[in-house]
Amino acid sequence: MVKKITLPLTDEAIKDLKAGDSVLISGSMLTGRDAAHKRLFELIEKGESLPVEIEGEVIYYVGPAPAKPGHAVGPAGPTSSYRMDKYTPALLDRGLKGMIGKGARNREVIDSMIKNGCVYFAAIGGAAALISRSIKKAETLAYEDLGTEAIYRFYVEDFPAIVAIDSKGNSILVQSDKH
Amino acid sequence: MEIRKIDAAVVTETVKKLYLDMNYHIGDDILTALKKASETESSPIGRNVLSQLIENNKIASDEEIPICQDTGMAVLFVEYGDRVVIENGSFEEAVQQGVRSAYIDGYLRKSVVRDPVFDRINTKDNTPAIIYTTIVPGDKIHILAGCKGFGSENMSAIKMLTPSAGIEGVKKFILDTVAYAGPNPCPPIVVGVGLGGTFEKAAMLAKKATLRPIDSKNPDKRYSELEYELLSEINTMGFGPAGLGGSNTALGVNIEVFPTHIAGMPVAVNICCHAARHKEAEI
Repeated sequence: MVKKITLPLTDEAIKDLKAGDSVLISGSMLTGRDAAHKRLFELIEKGESLPVEIEGEVIYYVGPAPAKPGHAVGPAGPTSSYRMDKYTPALLDRGLKGMIGKGARNREVIDSMIKNGCVYFAAIGGAAALISRSIKKAETLAYEDLGTEAIYRFYVEDFPAIVAIDSKGNSILVQSDKH
Repeated sequence: MEIRKIDAAVVTETVKKLYLDMNYHIGDDILTALKKASETESSPIGRNVLSQLIENNKIASDEEIPICQDTGMAVLFVEYGDRVVIENGSFEEAVQQGVRSAYIDGYLRKSVVRDPVFDRINTKDNTPAIIYTTIVPGDKIHILAGCKGFGSENMSAIKMLTPSAGIEGVKKFILDTVAYAGPNPCPPIVVGVGLGGTFEKAAMLAKKATLRPIDSKNPDKRYSELEYELLSEINTMGFGPAGLGGSNTALGVNIEVFPTHIAGMPVAVNICCHAARHKEAEI
């Protein structure tokens, strides 16, 4: 059973999402990965305004490959989420509602998700060509100098993902006990 | 002794083709292993993930777009015949130009930054490639090329074990490294293991092991049995495809070995995602 969900997510919609749910996401989302997160985090720490409003948004951890002519975007699968963990609680406190990535999150992120009522989706790592078919349009919003690491807005239709950690902190990720 | 002249442009064109080919078309060894995994996978989500990966590889191949957006850092193992002379350029620059052309003309992502710590500015052409060259007798150049994504590269580890650790110590370090990586390196993974040599030799062997077809075995029966044992053990860990649970955490374990010092037993584990991209060519 696949749930169809639309962005932006309402608080009610987030509460309805349970770890393990397969979803198809439509609407628009932000993108951002290591370098953009570092910059956003530094601005938040300094109490300065952000170049992109993140309140109510979902952010996709991705650095797409260049688009071939005739394609809206190049292959665009998720990157490892744990590298964003250091910056994530500050972004969630600022109103970010969801994240899409791959792999594990740390305790601080999960606690902040529970506190702020947020959801973490897993997209399938390495399914970049397949995922890019659901991205209909991409525009650059900020940090164009970062190239693939810039913040884009993606307009998606039926973007495939799985609720990996829900807003109660339940997780379907098989975490390692070695950490 | 007869010298063979090879034009630098031939080297460049060969390297370019290797990088376009590996990024668009997954190897038969990986595709066969993914299909086999989807038949044996115990978890329904895991089966779904595997079928999406197989479909993804078909889309990439049909449309000639990269399998994964992380088109990696280029690593090449070269066996350079000692009777070869490069004309109209240098071998090093010819290889770098091949990588540069593939990444620019082939819509591959440029993922290399000039300085690792301070400014981290993108070189915009995915160079430099990392080239390991061995001089061998002969008049040919053999190139084994790979592109290494960093989701899995970051999960790799090396340890300078000492002889008393024995085979149990080796197994424990490999399994601990895979368990520590958990769901992060895009399982089902390929595990490259380098045993012996020195600190850097072990790491190079581990890298080379990730580029060996996963349907091949170490020629020494003791090590091929260890490859099989480790693979079975890893697949009981439960991480499964995409780390969402299941019975296929790894597609293969490849071990490469080298003589070492009386005091040492280095072990390096280079983890590679399911998009284990490698191709070879001879000029």
